[in-house]
Amino acid sequence: MARYICTVCGYEYNEEDGDADNDILEGTLFEDLPAEWTCPMCGVGKEDFEKDFDEEEDDDEE
Amino acid sequence: MKSVELKKDIYWVGAVDWDIRNFHGYLTQRGSSYNSYLIMDEKIVLVDSVKHYLYEEMLERIKQIVDPSKIDYIICNHVEMDHSGSIPKIIKLCPNVIIVTSPQGEKGLKMHYDTTNWNFHIVKSGDTINIGTRNIAFLQTPMVHWPDNMVSYISEEKIIFSNDAFGQHIASTGRFDDEVPYSMLVEEARKYYANIVLPYGSQVQKVMEEVKKLDIEIIATSHGIIWRNYIADIVRLYDKWSRNETEKKAVIVYDTMWESTKKMANAIKDAFEDKDYNIHMYNLQGTHISDVMTELITAEYICIGSPTLNSSILPTVAAFLAYMKGLAPKNRKAIAFGSYGWAPLSIKEIEETLTKAGMDVVASEKINFVPTEVQLKELTDRIKKVI
Repeated sequence: MARYICTVCGYEYNEEDGDADNDILEGTLFEDLPAEWTCPMCGVGKEDFEKDFDEEEDDDEE
Repeated sequence: MKSVELKKDIYWVGAVDWDIRNFHGYLTQRGSSYNSYLIMDEKIVLVDSVKHYLYEEMLERIKQIVDPSKIDYIICNHVEMDHSGSIPKIIKLCPNVIIVTSPQGEKGLKMHYDTTNWNFHIVKSGDTINIGTRNIAFLQTPMVHWPDNMVSYISEEKIIFSNDAFGQHIASTGRFDDEVPYSMLVEEARKYYANIVLPYGSQVQKVMEEVKKLDIEIIATSHGIIWRNYIADIVRLYDKWSRNETEKKAVIVYDTMWESTKKMANAIKDAFEDKDYNIHMYNLQGTHISDVMTELITAEYICIGSPTLNSSILPTVAAFLAYMKGLAPKNRKAIAFGSYGWAPLSIKEIEETLTKAGMDVVASEKINFVPTEVQLKELTDRIKKVI
């Protein structure tokens, strides 16, 4: 599972953890987050997130 | 106008804003100050600046110590214009100066000013710059309270330039925490937290973990007084506020048309009084919303009342709800109440807003037109049962 970083404030969305405060279940893929989901820390939309590639490389090794 | 030496060769060179009473909607009844600092080492450093209209005051204080053209670095801990507003002016006197800021700080400055000829040095958490006998370390503090925020720390001097964190809106000639009345200081620090920092409790917690690792003798804030004698107090309070820790306290906020909602507010107050709650009751006709927030940050219960006006709520209550929702207090219980003529729409609207704000609405109370003594007594009894 991947992580996505908010380019505005640095918040990390971890697909493994989801976002319990906003009713996003554990294991929810970033692409499956509802379009209206916003960064829980600063409020920007999904378009301001970038995939954390370091984390992805780790996944590939598994 | 004087500069004030905090530690050898480290000076306050800010400006006092005696007039300001409205800080983007926050009632600053004691004015404020914008604190910039000058560090005289092999390199000369200015930490933050002041609002643009107080530039001359900052410049005057700097000139008492050094020719401003000799400044080597300007640290921009936060791009908001009360701190960056004089950078475009002073940079004209020291065109080769290096602006030290976070990545988001650079982006932000470029969207505020014409930075065509500015030299940037971008720093992240853990980075340092050497200025001779001292090193300045940086810690990014995103969303405390903007994405670009950072703090600067000099370990050799045990001084942290905390920018907006730990600030208070106070205009004074005393620069230090032991030079103003303590209770007023804590009150203003609390009001500042409630109106500026409250939405970012979890981020404050992260910053506090880092701050607790540092040896600190001076917290050089960017507003109000500088902490040196009561550092443990303000750190403890920030810890408490950022955990959204509440007390046995109820805040009752309302507006009223023909005093029916006011009577309901009093009946609800009686219930809390009976249960020995500390109560703060505010009629919004004469209370500023930012003053309500000061008490609200530690309140277990938030009770909000409005009569129904034109199928909606009174605009004072609407404004308060919008303001409070943005400041997002967490883990609170709430009560919606109000009188109505024919359709109880205000109560529904308040309840919906409180629910959307994540509050646990334990009661929603409405009374048709004018409450009788019996109805008020029953209201008190119902509230007593749910609190």
